[in-house]
Order: sequence, then structure tokens, then C-alpha cells
Amino acid sequence: MNFDLTEDRQMLSDTLRRYLSANCVIEKRNEIAYSAPFHSPQCWSEMAELGIPGALVDEAHGGYGGTGFDIAVVFEELGRALCPEPFLGTLLASRLLLAAGADQQDLIDGSVRYAVAISELDEPYDPAFMIASATRSGEGYALEGRKTAVYGGHVTDVLLVAAMLDGRPAVFSVEAKSAALTSYGMIDGGGAAEVVFDATPATLLIEDAGKALDDMFAAGRLALCAEAVGAMDVAYTLLLDYLRTRKQFGTAIGKFQALQHRAVDLLAEIEQARSITISLAAALGSDEAMPRSAMAKGLIGRVARLVAEETIQMQGGIAMTWEYASSHYAKRLVMIDHQLGDTDQCEGEIIRRYAAA
Amino acid sequence: MDLTYSPQEETFRAEVRAFLEAELPDHISAAVRSGVELPREIYQEWHEILGRKGWLGTTWPKEYGGPGWTPVERYIFDVECSRAYAPRIVAFGPHMLGPVIQKFGSDAQKQDILPRILSGEDWWAQGYSEPGAGSDLASLKTRAERDGDHYVVNGQKTWTTLGQHANRIFCLVRTKFDGKPQEGISFLLMDIDTPGIEVRPIRLIEGGHEVNEVFFSDVRVPVSNLVGEENKGWTIAKYLLTHERTNIAGVGISMQALEEVKALARSLKRRGKPLIEDPLFAVRIARVESDLEAMKITNLRMLFTAQKHGQPGPETSILKIKGTVINQELRDLARRALGPLAAPFPGHVIDGNLVMGPKDTDANAAVYFNNRKTSIFGGSNEIQRNILTKTMLEL
Repeated sequence: MNFDLTEDRQMLSDTLRRYLSANCVIEKRNEIAYSAPFHSPQCWSEMAELGIPGALVDEAHGGYGGTGFDIAVVFEELGRALCPEPFLGTLLASRLLLAAGADQQDLIDGSVRYAVAISELDEPYDPAFMIASATRSGEGYALEGRKTAVYGGHVTDVLLVAAMLDGRPAVFSVEAKSAALTSYGMIDGGGAAEVVFDATPATLLIEDAGKALDDMFAAGRLALCAEAVGAMDVAYTLLLDYLRTRKQFGTAIGKFQALQHRAVDLLAEIEQARSITISLAAALGSDEAMPRSAMAKGLIGRVARLVAEETIQMQGGIAMTWEYASSHYAKRLVMIDHQLGDTDQCEGEIIRRYAAA
Repeated sequence: MDLTYSPQEETFRAEVRAFLEAELPDHISAAVRSGVELPREIYQEWHEILGRKGWLGTTWPKEYGGPGWTPVERYIFDVECSRAYAPRIVAFGPHMLGPVIQKFGSDAQKQDILPRILSGEDWWAQGYSEPGAGSDLASLKTRAERDGDHYVVNGQKTWTTLGQHANRIFCLVRTKFDGKPQEGISFLLMDIDTPGIEVRPIRLIEGGHEVNEVFFSDVRVPVSNLVGEENKGWTIAKYLLTHERTNIAGVGISMQALEEVKALARSLKRRGKPLIEDPLFAVRIARVESDLEAMKITNLRMLFTAQKHGQPGPETSILKIKGTVINQELRDLARRALGPLAAPFPGHVIDGNLVMGPKDTDANAAVYFNNRKTSIFGGSNEIQRNILTKTMLEL
């Protein structure tokens, strides 16, 4: 048992934190995150050079990481800086390419950008219920349907698309330029796309993709949990600074027990959030990964919203302003729940397992 | 990061499990499983079994006759004991006084007291709280006044857990009556059968006799029963409250309670289907199971820190706050699962012989009510929040 980071992961974490604190300070981050293309191509390239995509991939496939703890380290740092670079798409794509046994050198060196298209209007979280479908067409396949919330889809080169093939979920690879994309920036920064496929030519990547998609979901949820933990940590530090310095009634408001106890409760919940993220990181790749990811993402959804709402309430009006960093952390913390399964979805997954057992 | 147990720890777990299988008598585990109040003999028998194995002072180093376990080994031991439905070790001697004597006691006290704790021969009670000194413990008023080579003790203690079974008691008493309240407190040991000590029961919410009031009138206690220096008792009290709180989250007990709730929700029906298929009920299990999964890791993280730095930090208060609330939620779910069958009051059936409810559930409501105590005792959860504010938030 050991809860310290290995030297390599500590170095990765330090490198990334140094880079982001120099290149992604909150004012600059907001500029990047809220103006098209909702990320910085320069940051993207520099971070690829730093080896961020490679940290998400195992050695056998050309990277130098790929375990749950590698993923957690990277995304916790991205979360601390509210970094809008679309590495979630990179991670999700990498897990699918891994399952397909496909080469991913261009993903690792950052020369080709990937995004995955899973969610649909009528079923955001569960590929078993998706409508998009593929039919055989000559040598390849043709896709029909609409995909929603394709993170990083607005700037991707390649789309990995989940679609039904013969009644089962499969994964296809599509040139982004051959699909009809509607790109947008998101309320918490960063960008995504809606994609419509209309007889869009596609290459089959994984035929029976149930397991691959589970692993992708588990890895993606881990990334989002770690991102939330990083963001919570910073949001909480901002809160404590504020409680120490803001004076009302002639004293620092942190002297009031009503606020102290709420601050302690947040601390306890953030520790719990960190713990469940560690638990999921350890389970990634095993049969336990998907059920554990439901526990983790469900718990994180509850805690992240609590941290967001309490940091706003306890800091008062200032935390409602665009200018103060806390508000941007609050937005990200709330909106993480909307990605890859919210608390209701995750708790639903857990209780369906109870019923099936 | 590595969450796996080492081979030595796995061997240790197997050893504990084998010991429990061989040595924990069926009538004891059955009594624990039923949730009813345990009689003295059950505790005593179990303490003696552990004592013979050398496993009663689980936190003690080898030099004092303890097993010298690491925090992680203690955690494994606690989880395995809960899993096997062993009684909780009554903490006052083995987990509280023992470490205090080791750190603050005289050689004579060490020789007199420690072996008798380890063998299960002495049953210690804790005399801390008073009617006017609960969360504000330092305001305690029970006085010990010097008269030759004795102290004369007058006053009252309360919430003395299982004091009716004890033959000895350690008390915080006031030996100085001016200055800061914390600086006039001493740590004094007494035999319960000393003239002038009277133990009276307090009946608790669920009807049980678990706690007591203890009255002291002109009780003469030899000065040699003082632990540490006079007026330095507060340091000892604080040491005792922050020391060895690695089991404070009660993770093992909650893991067992979770399994019981799930089993109950599988066996009971609503609208023709198992209760566990009712999404409203199941989602409450899902939430508390997620919280408990996180709690396991939080506990292990803090054990790891304790192992690294030699002692647990103030963050153990987080274990208390979250651990008790998780346990209480599980007790609430078990009670609700039973529906109307939770209502019959054990021991209050007048006639007839129908079995009401699944096996070992008679006491579920009583256990629920009794467990409201966990967020109050040992420094209420609000006091834990004050401690965390002071030690971790620097507000």
C-alpha cells in the first residue's frame, strides 16, 4: 500500500503544473476558453511536445503511461488550471484505438487530433440505446444519424464514432471534414460540436464494441473525476483565502462558526472525492472499472455541485462575477456532471446492478 | 500509488481470519449478529480469548506486550473482526488507558496496570464528561483535594459507558480552582469499589443500559494513583482523544451493515418485487455504498500517513465526521427496509409465537436509535469541525 506518487508521475505532475501556471493563468485561460476556436493551437502543440498525450497511452502502444494513475495525474493538473485543451477527446480516442489494436503514433505526437462521437439527443450516456447506425457500402461503411456533445469535435481531424451495426454498438473512424459539423463554445469554456452523418463514408474500427466502450467510459469518467478534484482543490483554496481576508462586522468572516463548519464539510467531501478517484484509478482496466466509475462519477457529481454552490454562497457577490476566478471553477465543477454520465445516470447504473445480482 | 496489500499484510489477514474461525465462539458471534445489548460475560470471554492470543492491546508496541501491529494491520484486524461478528473490544482499557500509561505512567503504574489490561482482568471505565461539561470538557468540576497522601474526590461523572461492568475508572478531576480551566485538571485512577463511589444506570433512548452516572462523595484516592503531573491532565486527555483514532471511521462495521442492508432489501418485498428493485430505496443504498467505498480509501490514506509520520494527523476528525454519518445512514436504511416490522419492541411480546421479520432484525430499530450516539460521543461531530477549523483551515 502506498499513496505517494511515483517519482515519474510526480515529475509529470510538476512539469504540467509549471507549464500551465506559466501559460494558462486564469485571465489568459478565459480569453482562450471563450473565443473561437475555444482552445489554443499553440498550447496544444506545446503540451503535445511535453508528452501529455503519451502519458495517456501505455508503452506497448508507443506511450509511457496509460494506467489509471497516469490519467488521474494529467487530468488533475488540467482541472487545477481549468485548461480548455481538448485532451478528453484524446484520451477517449486512445482507449478505442487501443481496443482496436490500431496504431496511435499520430495521436501521441499530437500531429492528428481525435475526438469521439458517442452521445445522442435522445440518449446522452448509454451507447446501447443509440440510434445512429452504419450500413455496409462497397468496401467500407456509411453512417447515418446525429451525434451530440463531441468534445473537441470543433477542431478535430478524425472522429471516432459509435454507431449500431447489425443491432450492436460498433466504432467507426471518419474524416472530420466529411461530416457536417456545428461547432460551439461551452458555458464552462472549451469547445465541442454537433455532428450530422448522412451517408458519411466510414472505416470500421471495432465491430463488437461493448467492452471497448465500457473501458472508454471508465477512463473518461476517471479523467473527469480527477479534473474535478483538481478544480475543487483550487476553488477551495480560493475560498479559504477569502474567508481569512474578507472582513465584515469588524472581523474576518472565517471567524464565524456558521462558515467554519461549512468549510470543514467541504474539506471532508473533497477528501472523499479524491479517495473515490483513487479507487477508480486503481480499478481501471479490471472488471470492476465500469461499476466503480459509476460510484466515482456519481459521488463526484454530488460533491462538485456542493463545492460549486457553497463556494459561491460563502464568498457572496464577488463569486458571482466573471472577473473572479472562483466563478469559472464553479461553472466547470457543475458542468462536469453533464459529461459521460451524470449523478442520476451513474446511480441508475449502480441500482440496475443490484437488481441484476 | 498502490492500493494492494503487501504479501505480509495478506498473510496477516489470513492469520486473523483463521484465528477468528477457530477461536470466536458461535454463541458470541450469534449474540453480536442479533444486535442486542451484550452482557458482561460475552465481552469478558472475548477479551480473555484475545488476551491469551496477545491481541487485546491492538495498538500496543511489543515492548509493552502488544502485538506491535502497523496501522494497516490494525485496520485489517478491525475489518476482519467486524466481518466475523466479533464484539468490539471495549476500548477504555486496551485502547485508551493503556497508551496513556505507556506514555505518562510511572514504572509502578506500568507494572501494576498494563498486564491486567492485557489479560482482560481489569475492566476500565472512562470518567470524562459531567452534567455541566460535555463538549466543553475543560469546564469539569469534579474536585480532588489533597489530604496527606490522599486526594479526596467529590463530584459527578456521566455517560460512563459500560461503567456497570467496570472494576476501575480513570477520571479527569479538578485539582486547581483558579487560572485557565485547562491548567487545573489532573488524571486520576480509582477502584470502583472505593467507598463513596456509586454507579447509577442511565436508560437510553432504545431502552438499553449502556451508560451510567458515577457519583463521588469524599472518595479517598492514594496520591500514587495520579498519572503524570498534577494539573497536567489536560495534555493527557488531549493525547487520548487524538491518539489511535485509526478505527474511528468504523469502516469494518459499516461494510458489514451494508451487506446486511442489501441482503434485507433482497429478502423483503414491495409491490411483488424485492425491495432492492425499488429505485427510490436502491438509490439510497447506491449513494451510501459510494460514500463507503470512498471512506475505505480515505481511511487507508490516513493510515498510510500515520504509518509514515508515526502518528495520525488531525484529519482523523474527517474519518469521525463522515464515518459516523455513513454508519447512521446504513442503520436508517435497515430500519426502513423492515417497514412496520421494525416496530415490535424486543422483550415486549406478551403472547403468541409468530416470528416477526427476517432473522436477526428484531433489534434493527433499537440499533438505529442507539447509533445516533456515534455523532455525539468521542467529541461530537461539531467539535470535530471546530478541531479541523483550528488545525487544518487556519481561519
